[in-house]
Amino acid sequence: MNVHLGAASAAPTASTTGAGPAIEANDLAKMYGDVTALNGLSFAVAPGTVFGLLGPNGAGKSTTIKILTTLTLPTTGSATVAGIDVLRRPDGVRGAIGVVTQRSGTDPQATGRENLLLTGRIHGMRGNQVKDRADELLDRFGLTEAASRTVRTYSGGMQRKLDVAMGLMHRPHVLFLDEPTTGLDPQARAEMWAEISRLAAHEGLTILLTTHYLEEADQLADRLAIVDRGELVTQGTPEQLKSELRGDAVVTELAADADLAAARSAIERVATTREVSIDGQVVRARVDHGGSAVPAVLAALETVRASVASITVAGPSLDDVYLRHTGRTFAAAEESENR
Amino acid sequence: MSTMVAHTGYLTGRLLRATGRQPAFVVIMLIQPMIWLLLFGQLFKRVVEVPGFGGGSYIDFLTPGVVVMTVLFTSGWSGMAFIEDMDRGVMDSMLSSPVSRGAMMASSVANQAVTIVVQSLVIIAVGLVLGASFGAGFGSGVLGVLVTLLAAVLLAAAFSSLSNGMALLVRTRESLIGFTTMLTLPLSFLSSAMMAREAAPDWIQTAASYNPVDWAVVASREALSASPDWMAVLVRLGGLLAVALFMGWIATRAFHTYQRSV
Repeated sequence: MNVHLGAASAAPTASTTGAGPAIEANDLAKMYGDVTALNGLSFAVAPGTVFGLLGPNGAGKSTTIKILTTLTLPTTGSATVAGIDVLRRPDGVRGAIGVVTQRSGTDPQATGRENLLLTGRIHGMRGNQVKDRADELLDRFGLTEAASRTVRTYSGGMQRKLDVAMGLMHRPHVLFLDEPTTGLDPQARAEMWAEISRLAAHEGLTILLTTHYLEEADQLADRLAIVDRGELVTQGTPEQLKSELRGDAVVTELAADADLAAARSAIERVATTREVSIDGQVVRARVDHGGSAVPAVLAALETVRASVASITVAGPSLDDVYLRHTGRTFAAAEESENR
Repeated sequence: MSTMVAHTGYLTGRLLRATGRQPAFVVIMLIQPMIWLLLFGQLFKRVVEVPGFGGGSYIDFLTPGVVVMTVLFTSGWSGMAFIEDMDRGVMDSMLSSPVSRGAMMASSVANQAVTIVVQSLVIIAVGLVLGASFGAGFGSGVLGVLVTLLAAVLLAAAFSSLSNGMALLVRTRESLIGFTTMLTLPLSFLSSAMMAREAAPDWIQTAASYNPVDWAVVASREALSASPDWMAVLVRLGGLLAVALFMGWIATRAFHTYQRSV
């Protein structure tokens, strides 16, 4: 499954043009006191691709980003970013990466342009080079009019755009986006998605993206890894992961007065169903052909007098992938982490 | 080293622009010293008759003391800006960029120094209006004021570094407020900021001789007097410089501790 093997441990260079992966994590583990945040995570990201880390809140995605961006040290394990060893040469890594953290890295008391100029100068850009680059990015992200206003007057979407612009200021080799669209309204999210796709397609940038939106990972990532409770559960392209699940999902929502156990066993008795699971009033089953299974499922439910509120057929989604590998639905995982 | 100097310049620019956009903060931090100067100055006017003050007016005596106490009460809060940066996410972004850690500390100190110089000049001006006289003439008065500003800036460097270092360790507003409050008042009153050393009990005199706050008070008060003992001034300025450098170094080390805990 893991196709990225080989040249990772070669001599450290600041270039991603070689054959090695742009990011390689080897058995990363992180303990905070007695709490295990990461428990042996390994993955590799090919240059010029978007790699998604998908998981509920608290799965260990942000900890992974913090280690790869040199903010914190792993308890054990090693990693390279842009071919540079994260533990041995953190300064080299810092110069080669752009980071958009989960919270904002923008200074609310400074203007949009001042934020960009400061980032560029910290990265060693000087004179007209830094001013031209700032203007270019302000223009690209539609912030030119707001450039001279302090960031505290910006909307959430504008601040997030400025964050991404700051991450791109010094033309990094690798861009880290930690939950880039959390808290954005649907329109701002769609704009951010378009921008991320464009960056990957036209600028050859390697992007590591974390998200807890299944849709986002499905849409943006070339490859993705599902992380759950500090461990990597599975990885592959979204298509590969979905194709591992044969057939369609039949999702039956039962009426409130229905006998759930009887309904479940009725559905299990239908010859074509498998992997039947129950979540609240919803019974899910996997079938080869959704269309022909629906009449059979409805007939089976009729025999136990379970009334049906709705029934839907869906092609495989990442939610199903998540359910299959972790034994719980994504929504349930989110809920238990937030509790 | 040149990177650190350049980064200090950029980051100080950021902080000064922010201060410039909220000048009210500098004014608010002047309310307390004005109360000390105007009310204490009146209330304790006759305290100079107590043996140990060696004549002169209380406002002459009090003005450098108020300058130094203002340094404590302003730069003690320096770490709050670090905590704001942590809460926002700016701190983590900075620390995963090639920014010099030393420059992050030095720029905070430089920003404090500018604020302190402005505040000190206002306090000295008000002292003069209230009838204080500094130095034997205009020239020695100006020299005395410059030495006072230097002592204030060195003490501000030490205290803002301490406050920043604590901010990196405790990481919450509440804990930093507790720490600063616990430190500033005792350090002020274990010095000769408001009361002549010779008029204080022995144990306070002893404590004061180890207290950098008192070194700053003595250096500035001596420099502003009609016939300064320059040796006493230099020794204390040297001590303040050493404390400021030590605090700056140790506070910069606290970035490592912070990064281990994020």
